[in-house]
Amino acid sequence: MKRKRAVKPETRPEVPQNKIAGGDFIDKLHAYRDLHAHAFFSSLGRLVDKPFTTLLTIGVLAISIALAACFYLLVANIEQLTGTIESSNQISLFLKDTVSEAEAKKLVETINKNTEVAEIKLISKAQALAEFKANSGLDAALDALEGNPLPVVLEVLPSPTQTNTVALQKLQQALQQYPEVDEAQMDMQWLERMQSILRLAEQATQSISILLGLGVLFITGNTIRLELHNRREEVVIAKLVGATNRFIQRPFLYGGFWIGFLSGVLAWFIVTLIMLLLWRSVENLSLLYEGSFHLRFLEYGESIYLILLSSSLGVAGSWAVLAYQLRQLRPE
Amino acid sequence: MLKFDNVCKRYADAGDVLVNISFHLQRGEMAFLTGHSGAGKSTLFKLIALIERASRGQIYFDGHDVSHAKDHQIPFLRRKMGLIFQDFKLLEDRTVFDNVALPLAVAGYGHHEISRKVRAALDKVGLSGKEKKYPLTLSGGEQQRVGIARAVVNKPPMILADEPTGNLDPGLAAEIMTLFTQFQQLGATVLIASHDIALINKMDRRVLTLDHGRLIAG
Repeated sequence: MKRKRAVKPETRPEVPQNKIAGGDFIDKLHAYRDLHAHAFFSSLGRLVDKPFTTLLTIGVLAISIALAACFYLLVANIEQLTGTIESSNQISLFLKDTVSEAEAKKLVETINKNTEVAEIKLISKAQALAEFKANSGLDAALDALEGNPLPVVLEVLPSPTQTNTVALQKLQQALQQYPEVDEAQMDMQWLERMQSILRLAEQATQSISILLGLGVLFITGNTIRLELHNRREEVVIAKLVGATNRFIQRPFLYGGFWIGFLSGVLAWFIVTLIMLLLWRSVENLSLLYEGSFHLRFLEYGESIYLILLSSSLGVAGSWAVLAYQLRQLRPE
Repeated sequence: MLKFDNVCKRYADAGDVLVNISFHLQRGEMAFLTGHSGAGKSTLFKLIALIERASRGQIYFDGHDVSHAKDHQIPFLRRKMGLIFQDFKLLEDRTVFDNVALPLAVAGYGHHEISRKVRAALDKVGLSGKEKKYPLTLSGGEQQRVGIARAVVNKPPMILADEPTGNLDPGLAAEIMTLFTQFQQLGATVLIASHDIALINKMDRRVLTLDHGRLIAG
């Protein structure tokens, strides 16, 4: 075979070695901005191009996110409910059924002498029944009852000096000792129990939210993986003309962002819709309880947080998949 | 520009595909790579384009030993090569302009510069005015010229073509070869893998011949 005359002098300047070639700094900056803008809008365009697939994915994600948000709101609402109950130091004395009204009045006088007690109020059987009828909405059922099942109650308010739990417990035990008293109950105890149940519910909500969040991560990741698979040829060609993984990743990351963002927005609408549906019933119920309770919706900050969080989950899910898949994908 | 030093490539399933390949392509040289099918042309091509790694030996490209190039360096090395394929490898859902602009976008060029360079490249391959067309509306010869425009748009020092005329009739093939000669005259190093012996003989250039994985001439 022939060997042709070779070496020609280099007539052309070398390609610039720096990573972003061509133009001055401002030009590069503009080029970089354009790349991002293009990836930002083209990734949205791709989602819009396939409305059915997009809707399915976003629907699944939005329901997951909305579920987590609903649990959160449920706990927040119950918390608000217990918050309206003043944490009082009041001790309720339920007297034995055999104790007459007169004996009860005598007991009031006795207890009133105790310096640890600031105030004591007697609620007769009749008063208790009337109050219960008014508040419970069960008056028809109560009318059907023979006699009055409610005990006489003494509401004891400890003096303001009795603030710590130990002193209150001591007082409660002292009151329990009176033979007329069936049960001395501290209202605070009930509140504490309620609060510990709420703490449990809060923790449960957190765990469920983490699980649902992971679900969002996986679903977005899988969606992006499919998208990457569909655009495999394009990715390979981009790699062959010298695209870095970062360049290739960019539109997919924006795709993940859009999926997360749109799911977050849809989830917000789902949550708000559910709350609106519940709102009327809750207001009615609240009226029966003297209207102190109002349903709490997602606040402004919480709504922003919800959407930000779902967007970040979308980006994180796609990033994890891309980091793995792009290393696997080699042009061949 | 490109130097192979005792390069071997062995695949786990196919055994030795290239054995002790050594050659040196000078800057600005134009050469052909030929051989029967299965002789290892495509593998050699893939080694140069860093699609595959050599099992043994060194490959020098543009003064660097690239046989052990790190993954993150590969994109920057590929920007110095214009790759041309038998099946064109064009993006069918993008216009001619976008296809040719891809290497520039990848390298971070600004909008104006991209526009200018793409027009210059299309002008060079004789496709002025077809910027807005889609590849599938073009003839095979035109599609290959889009592929060539894309390969040269960033003025890479090396142009690598794998069977660029394999899908074209002789008349078009000759036109494409004329283009390659022009690029060489502009200073590019050109390596063309082809089994079209008649065409190669007509070109009267250096020829590297592979036979069962060995370089028997060149």
